[in-house]
Amino acid sequence: MNFAVLQFPGSNCDQDCVHVLKNVLGHSAWLQWHKERSLGAADAVIVPGGFSYGDYLRTGAIARFSPVMQAVQEFAAQGGLVLGICNGFQILCEAGLLPGALVRNRSLQFRCEHVYLRVAAADSPFTCCTPEGTVLRIPVAHGEGCYFADEATLQQLQAGRQILWQYCNVRGELTERANPNGSVLNIAGVCNAGRNVAGLMPHPERASEAILNGEDGRRLLESMIEWWQKRRPAAAA
Amino acid sequence: MSDPAITPELVQKHGLTPEEYQMILDILGRVPTYTELGIFSVMWSEHCSYKNTRPLLKTFPTRSSCILVGAGEENAGIVDIGDGLAIAFKMESHNHPSAVEPFQGAATGVGGIIRDIFTMGARPICAMDSLRFGELSKPAVKRLFSGVVAGIAHYGNCFGIPTLGGEVYFDRSFEGNPLVNVFALGVLRHEQIARGKASGVGNPVFYVGPATGRDGLAGAAFASQDLTEESAEQQRGAVQVGDPFMEKLLVEACLELLATDAVAGIQDMGAAGLTCSTCETAARAGTGIEIELDRVPQRAPNMSAYEIMLSESQERMLIIVKKGREAEVQRIFDKWDLPWAQIGVVTDTGRMVVKHHGQVVADIPAAKLANDAPVYHRASQPPAYFQKTRSFSLADVADTTRPMDALKKLLEWPTIASKNWVYRQYDHMVRNGTVVLPGSDAAVVRLKEDCLPVLPAGSAAAERPIPEKYLALTSDCNAAYVYLDPYEGGKAAVAEAARNLACSGARPLGVTDNLNFGNPHNPELFYQLKEAVRGVAEACRVFDAPVTGGNCSLYNQSPEGPIDPTPTVAMVGLIEKREHITTQWFKSEGDRILLLGEPVDAADPLQGLGGSAYLLRIHRKKMGTPPPCDLQREKLLHDTLRELIAQGWVKSAHDCSEGGLAVCLAECCMSRREARGHSVLVGAEVDLSAWKDCRLDALWFGEAHGRVVISVAPKDEQAVIERARLRGVPVHSLGVVKGQSLKIKTAHGAYTARVSTLHDLWWNSIDRAMSD
Repeated sequence: MNFAVLQFPGSNCDQDCVHVLKNVLGHSAWLQWHKERSLGAADAVIVPGGFSYGDYLRTGAIARFSPVMQAVQEFAAQGGLVLGICNGFQILCEAGLLPGALVRNRSLQFRCEHVYLRVAAADSPFTCCTPEGTVLRIPVAHGEGCYFADEATLQQLQAGRQILWQYCNVRGELTERANPNGSVLNIAGVCNAGRNVAGLMPHPERASEAILNGEDGRRLLESMIEWWQKRRPAAAA
Repeated sequence: MSDPAITPELVQKHGLTPEEYQMILDILGRVPTYTELGIFSVMWSEHCSYKNTRPLLKTFPTRSSCILVGAGEENAGIVDIGDGLAIAFKMESHNHPSAVEPFQGAATGVGGIIRDIFTMGARPICAMDSLRFGELSKPAVKRLFSGVVAGIAHYGNCFGIPTLGGEVYFDRSFEGNPLVNVFALGVLRHEQIARGKASGVGNPVFYVGPATGRDGLAGAAFASQDLTEESAEQQRGAVQVGDPFMEKLLVEACLELLATDAVAGIQDMGAAGLTCSTCETAARAGTGIEIELDRVPQRAPNMSAYEIMLSESQERMLIIVKKGREAEVQRIFDKWDLPWAQIGVVTDTGRMVVKHHGQVVADIPAAKLANDAPVYHRASQPPAYFQKTRSFSLADVADTTRPMDALKKLLEWPTIASKNWVYRQYDHMVRNGTVVLPGSDAAVVRLKEDCLPVLPAGSAAAERPIPEKYLALTSDCNAAYVYLDPYEGGKAAVAEAARNLACSGARPLGVTDNLNFGNPHNPELFYQLKEAVRGVAEACRVFDAPVTGGNCSLYNQSPEGPIDPTPTVAMVGLIEKREHITTQWFKSEGDRILLLGEPVDAADPLQGLGGSAYLLRIHRKKMGTPPPCDLQREKLLHDTLRELIAQGWVKSAHDCSEGGLAVCLAECCMSRREARGHSVLVGAEVDLSAWKDCRLDALWFGEAHGRVVISVAPKDEQAVIERARLRGVPVHSLGVVKGQSLKIKTAHGAYTARVSTLHDLWWNSIDRAMSD
């Protein structure tokens, strides 16, 4: 499978994503410069974490106007798989590819720590290898990861099973204490109505090797691979 | 606007003595221009010239078989780690800027040290910070503490460098004059070492990075003065403003450029900005340099030559390009949308010539300016306070009857309490290399291919696989020890750092030090400096850990008085194999707990309590002499511990330091963190009743050196004991990992506490103090 990992000025998890996709999972992955207007032979796009454009103005607010994001819009519209991680999630929300917005953590501080995530819906390309209710241990590292959406959007998200991951404790309970940033409904990640675009604040690429204290993040990336190889509808093939 | 006339008052305002001014007259053969006076004042400040410390720094061991670039040669030292790979690392202070403007002061400190690393051609892969503040109960201290931590987090997180560890101490002596020592480490191949040399006469000189403004004017000179009450108001303009996003672009662009082989020399514009980078690069190459200030990108209108030369605007680099290859520089910096300008040329005159509006505003022999700063051998004399502190004896304080209560008080004391409030604000996992997270004896980071700078297209080195390597990092210094006995305290800082590395399974490679002291003109304060350096140097020799570079920060005092002298030691070590990586927390129920070393040092009349956290916290006394450090015994312990680890026998290892054996045992029970809201706690049953002749407080909280608590599987216990004895290291079986409580039996009675209670005090203490 071919992964294009976008590289904006200020991206800093771009190399980590390429490392895991290539060296750990054995797939093809490359950095796609933000000034490019195409995505090459990509089967999926990763919008990585970091501080694109220095978070000037608002997190993710400037990246959405870059040439490569125009290509991502078209790619997504045709059903291509797009995953935004951390700052990538913020960019996808700013670009209108995902509903809602990410605002300052309720603590007003940056938070870097491992958290537990409960898989809320397994019927997506990003969760198909993790049954609903699975508890994953994956780190977060962000200052603006508090997910917010208005009541109508939240109802749509729930009705459409678009909430994919929620912060929980080690027993899988969605408690306030388990929520690292104050996100509404403990939301850690969502997908679009078409289920081909997803974003989450935690970093699956940082939890994909035993030496880095955990491999749960791999199951998310492996879901994408599994879905693309075996489950994607014929039209997208 | 014309320059002011050079008067004795103006010379004095620049911090130059009449004798130093006479040296300037002799070098130039004429009266300096205003710009030249400014240039000399910053280059001859302590921060840039080490004029008060140079004779002392020469006593550090700086060579070993693995040193590729030694201390003082370049912006940072470089150490061979085998297989054609090397590391560059350095520590630097940003104390004064942080005292005045904590957020930007700390942030730009991080920026500066990262530039020192990639200037060497290395890719920066991790950072650490050693911080000291006043007592956390004071609102002003909380403001400084939260500002400094937020500033480090802002810069490091945005740049994308993991901040892996460090230390934080809280003590009255740092009130008003916090210490902010920042460390960065980078990785490169041997053939990728870049030099800060203006070589090749006729080569063009490039300025890259954002425009120069009036921020940070003469910051280096500011850093070399006592802090006064007026400092805050008058000198805020001397604090620079950092932009980590710019720095991220700069590192990627510079590493890409270095891979082209179009660069003859490169140096960052740090302290003393354009001045320092031009004269130092020329001095190193034995060439001259001529620059035209009208070509320097400027942010503010009507800047004078003086201002442009002395500005410390951040994220700027000076690059000497091989003639004819200018287009490559332009292409790469345009790609990264970074400003650049060709501002001058390398000459054969040996002089640094600066032109502005068609006029020569400075013309100085570069080597004399960079290397011939005055050197002072300051007077020293043992401090008068020794009389009082050394009159202390154990008879002055009653022994404890409630050691478990004292343990609780120590665990929630901010200096000993968990620093999670700090490191959870730092992205400590970015770059996917952090193997041991903050909270163990040393942080451990793995090296992989993307840690290395990019290679030129088609390079043969690209075919070479990168072997698995692990680095361990720690920074240490107990300033109370140094205050009470500078020589022993200096030794102890190095010994503790080496011990922390040994506990993580690592062998020391080298040291970078940051000497934070008071005004060197005060003989008592200079004595502290001189003796501490003697101790650090001696210990570095014993552990075969040469000093690869570092920084001096003198004049650390506030209106309250001088700081406790603090020679911060950051040590880097190598772990040979993945299986040797060891953490401090107990692993499984039933494992046996052993102590390597003696619980109490019988030769120490204060039984390890002199200068201890226990005396400070429980009895409010900074008294006595610190526990003496026998370096040979310490070395033997570390070698033996590494041998036991290599045998696969050691499941956890944690050294005894602040708070002694009791704090060490408690930490072993509770420091394993799985995730938010989920620490893995385990109890221990320990029997210390064999030690009847010592005081109870000394047994629990004495801080004798050379002690490590390890846990081993029951089947390996006998083998470990026999091997330790064979090597001549004392070893004692203390108990077993068991249950949910810490139970300590002594000849005076048995004491118990729930680990969950201890954990809450220790884990949440700083959070509670900060949310008050």
